Amino acid sequence: MRKINTSEIEEIIYRSALKAGVTLTDSCKAALQSACKTEDEGAAKFALETLIQNSNVAQQNAMPVCQDTGMAVVIMEIGNEVYLEGDPLPVAVNRAVRRAYKDGYFRKSVCDPITRVNTTDNTPAVLHTEICEGDKVKITFMPKGFGSENMSRMFMLKPAQGVDGIINSIVTAVKDAGSRPCPPVYVGVGIGGTFDSCAYLAKKALTRDIGTHSERQDIADIECTALEKINGLNIGCQGFHGKVTALGVSCEWMPTHIAGLPVAVNIQCHCVRCVKEVL
Amino acid sequence: MKELTLPLNKDQIKNLKAGDSVLLSGTILTARDCAHKRITEIIKSGNKLPFNINGSVIYYAGPCPAKPGMASGSCGPTTSARMDSFAPMLLDMGLCAIIGKGEMCSEVAEALKRNCSVYFAAIGGAGALYGNAIKSSKCIAFPDLLSEAVYKLEVENFPAVVAMDCYGGNIYN
Repeated sequence: MRKINTSEIEEIIYRSALKAGVTLTDSCKAALQSACKTEDEGAAKFALETLIQNSNVAQQNAMPVCQDTGMAVVIMEIGNEVYLEGDPLPVAVNRAVRRAYKDGYFRKSVCDPITRVNTTDNTPAVLHTEICEGDKVKITFMPKGFGSENMSRMFMLKPAQGVDGIINSIVTAVKDAGSRPCPPVYVGVGIGGTFDSCAYLAKKALTRDIGTHSERQDIADIECTALEKINGLNIGCQGFHGKVTALGVSCEWMPTHIAGLPVAVNIQCHCVRCVKEVL
Repeated sequence: MKELTLPLNKDQIKNLKAGDSVLLSGTILTARDCAHKRITEIIKSGNKLPFNINGSVIYYAGPCPAKPGMASGSCGPTTSARMDSFAPMLLDMGLCAIIGKGEMCSEVAEALKRNCSVYFAAIGGAGALYGNAIKSSKCIAFPDLLSEAVYKLEVENFPAVVAMDCYGGNIYN
């Protein structure tokens, strides 16, 4: 067994959170540049130019790219040969989030769902753990803003609705969201599983680099067709109309029940922030 | 690109058309979900608000904390649609302009026409750029709401687009 103290994990999450808040992923920066070249003169192009400028300002001044520094989503893939010692994992993860959001001058956006009273330190984080083979720990940190999270959807389709139903669900979610989630969006899709695992797959799809495709050809085809249809909606950057409504569509899948076809659509705004580390 | 100093008079508002790109400077007040709930409760209870709505500009935003030496942290717009139910009443009380992002409902469009007011869309996600355009920031109400409190901001050259004008013009349609 490889022993890892959770204080090491805490330090990685702390550094990842500080970096994620002020930096867009490389694939997001490239996708915004490409969108700006594609778009004709007008309000949408003006907005895209402003976003590229904003990304540079954020990085130069170590300021949050977007003031919505999100709920902290942490995905950990833990090797089965790893023994975690020290404080329990959730304690270490939440301490990292608390420290990073304070030291980074990030907004504390987490509150009680009923009283709406702020927890004041952006905890708790949303922590997902998976056990996998090996002696490594893969840590993904993704701050998730809620302008886009609010536009996410779950569709429990009938099996007979098939691929067309899946594509239609993805396009419908983006169409109904309109200008609200800060398009151009990045669309994470879960296909299959149960209600809960399908939503998790959609979230995990958003941790993939924009422009990458599923290894399964039929799923990759869904990604391409959905993206093409979304970009035909003429919503455009910020809802100002144009050719680029989404920067990408990523689908993750797992087998499902013979009676169902769950499809989860998790919307991410153009501000894609995700840092991955392996320990 | 039109350069405007806030607040605006009615003649200036009549000159704005949906789709115009503008640079905004002057005084604005931040308010988002929780602040709007409080404002509504105060108005309904007949008490006096701690700031004037008449002639003001409300920016749907909740900033990050300011780093030492800076007036504000990142401060881009939040989704305006969540304030759809509050906006018509405030526009009827004399609110001169709204700054936010994304489409707003037809009742807001009617209230903008009725009161000769305007809705500007700031560029959602450009928080760092807007934070740098803020020259001073002071919390003037509801400090317990933290980033959701009401801040009085002095801004310079805020980039925005006229989203809904006083004639019913709407960039999202």
